[in-house]
Amino acid sequence: MDSLNLDEPHSMGTTIIGVTYDGGVVLGADSRTSTGVYVANRASDKITQLTDNVYVCRSGSAADSQIVSDYVRYFLHQHTIQLGQPATVKVAANLVRLLSYNNKNMLQTGLIVGGWDKYEGGKIYGIPLGGTILEQPFAIGGSGSSYLYGFFDQAWKEGMTKEEAESLMVKAVSLAIARDGASGGVVRTVTINADGVTRNFYPGDTLPLWHEEIPAQNSLLDILSAPSPEPMSM
Amino acid sequence: MSSIGTGYDLSVTTFSPDGRVFQIEYAAKAVDNSGTVIGIKCKDGVVMGVEKLITSKMMLPRSNRRIHSIHRHSGMAVAGLAADGRQIVARAKGEASSYESTYGEGIPVKELAGRVANYVHLCTLYWWLRPFGCGVILGGYDRDGPQLYMIEPSGISYRYFGAAIGKGKQAAKTEIEKLQLSEMTCREGVIEVAKIIYKVHDEAKDKAFELEMSWVCEESKRLHEKVPDELLEEAKAAARLALEEMDAD
Repeated sequence: MDSLNLDEPHSMGTTIIGVTYDGGVVLGADSRTSTGVYVANRASDKITQLTDNVYVCRSGSAADSQIVSDYVRYFLHQHTIQLGQPATVKVAANLVRLLSYNNKNMLQTGLIVGGWDKYEGGKIYGIPLGGTILEQPFAIGGSGSSYLYGFFDQAWKEGMTKEEAESLMVKAVSLAIARDGASGGVVRTVTINADGVTRNFYPGDTLPLWHEEIPAQNSLLDILSAPSPEPMSM
Repeated sequence: MSSIGTGYDLSVTTFSPDGRVFQIEYAAKAVDNSGTVIGIKCKDGVVMGVEKLITSKMMLPRSNRRIHSIHRHSGMAVAGLAADGRQIVARAKGEASSYESTYGEGIPVKELAGRVANYVHLCTLYWWLRPFGCGVILGGYDRDGPQLYMIEPSGISYRYFGAAIGKGKQAAKTEIEKLQLSEMTCREGVIEVAKIIYKVHDEAKDKAFELEMSWVCEESKRLHEKVPDELLEEAKAAARLALEEMDAD
């Protein structure tokens, strides 16, 4: 197959979302990492920790987004030690955007930084390809986000509760997964507020089915749990 | 307390047998000989005042500023060698500016004080560099509220409710201690600082002086700026009145 080129760079087709609610933020993402049309990792974790109170959703080139996250985590760690208190979400986002902007010719990664700090509460910062930084009440990114602009225009409202925000998130990611070939797998969410951080996981079969989607049948998982074939007798 | 170094005071990289670095102590003397500089932290901000000794009748009033803004929200009042003070201010401005470029938010006052102190201390470590002959009072208002720091020529930096350096520092500190700073607003603080500076000014030794004051408080929208003219005049008038009442006794 000439379409299966395993030397293609790992890219995260991706759907990533960050949403503020009354008291904190919820970050969400799908879990598909693709190398061309091959799914290199069907259960990846695209929501990466930068500090105790700030996480980042990664999209675009997997390598680029990982290296940026690693550098920012390192700088933030030193900054926290110097300052003597947790870094603010704004500082984390600024460090990310400085790297994205100053290396724009070499990097291809869109990031959503989200977290909670005691001064500003829950905040979301979108940092798309060129290194712009934009503070938003919610942000969407990745190839799957194209299918969500209209959805959020209609479904988003100010001052949601944590539960509303989380279910909006899961619904959105699963809609994107339904339409975007480069997004798939499971939905992971990370909720950050004054009380700390909570990770949640929604396997594919718990997600709602949308228009024209058929329930999973004869899935790979069934084949795996089937008994091994008996050896043939000659 | 002056004591002769005799041989151990020739270089800032030499300790004396009793563990002192005389060059740094001599640098502090330069500060002690300058006009008084005061800073106080009131409940809603910081007020700083300088007794600017006028050495010549030809000097233009309001010139030769001794209080400088480092950033939107912080300022520095300098005592001692003025040229040395200019360097420290320039460095502080650079630090504040580069912090904001990197981290995207204004430099916290504590961080700024630490960086200035580091820089001042740096200049006490090498034989080819002399210590700064100036002390600095740094006042600012950040997310953790109003804060006042003082940095000495040795590089020591502490946080204060009230601080004074220069000629009249002992008398000024006594006066500051009498104030109820936690209940005072900056508006009231400006009047008190003016009164103290007028009081500790030595009429016999130094003739004329000009009062320079700045504040950073709620009323100034948390920006460091010169005290508004009409308040400054009001403060000066109140200070002169207080002096006359004292003399009348």
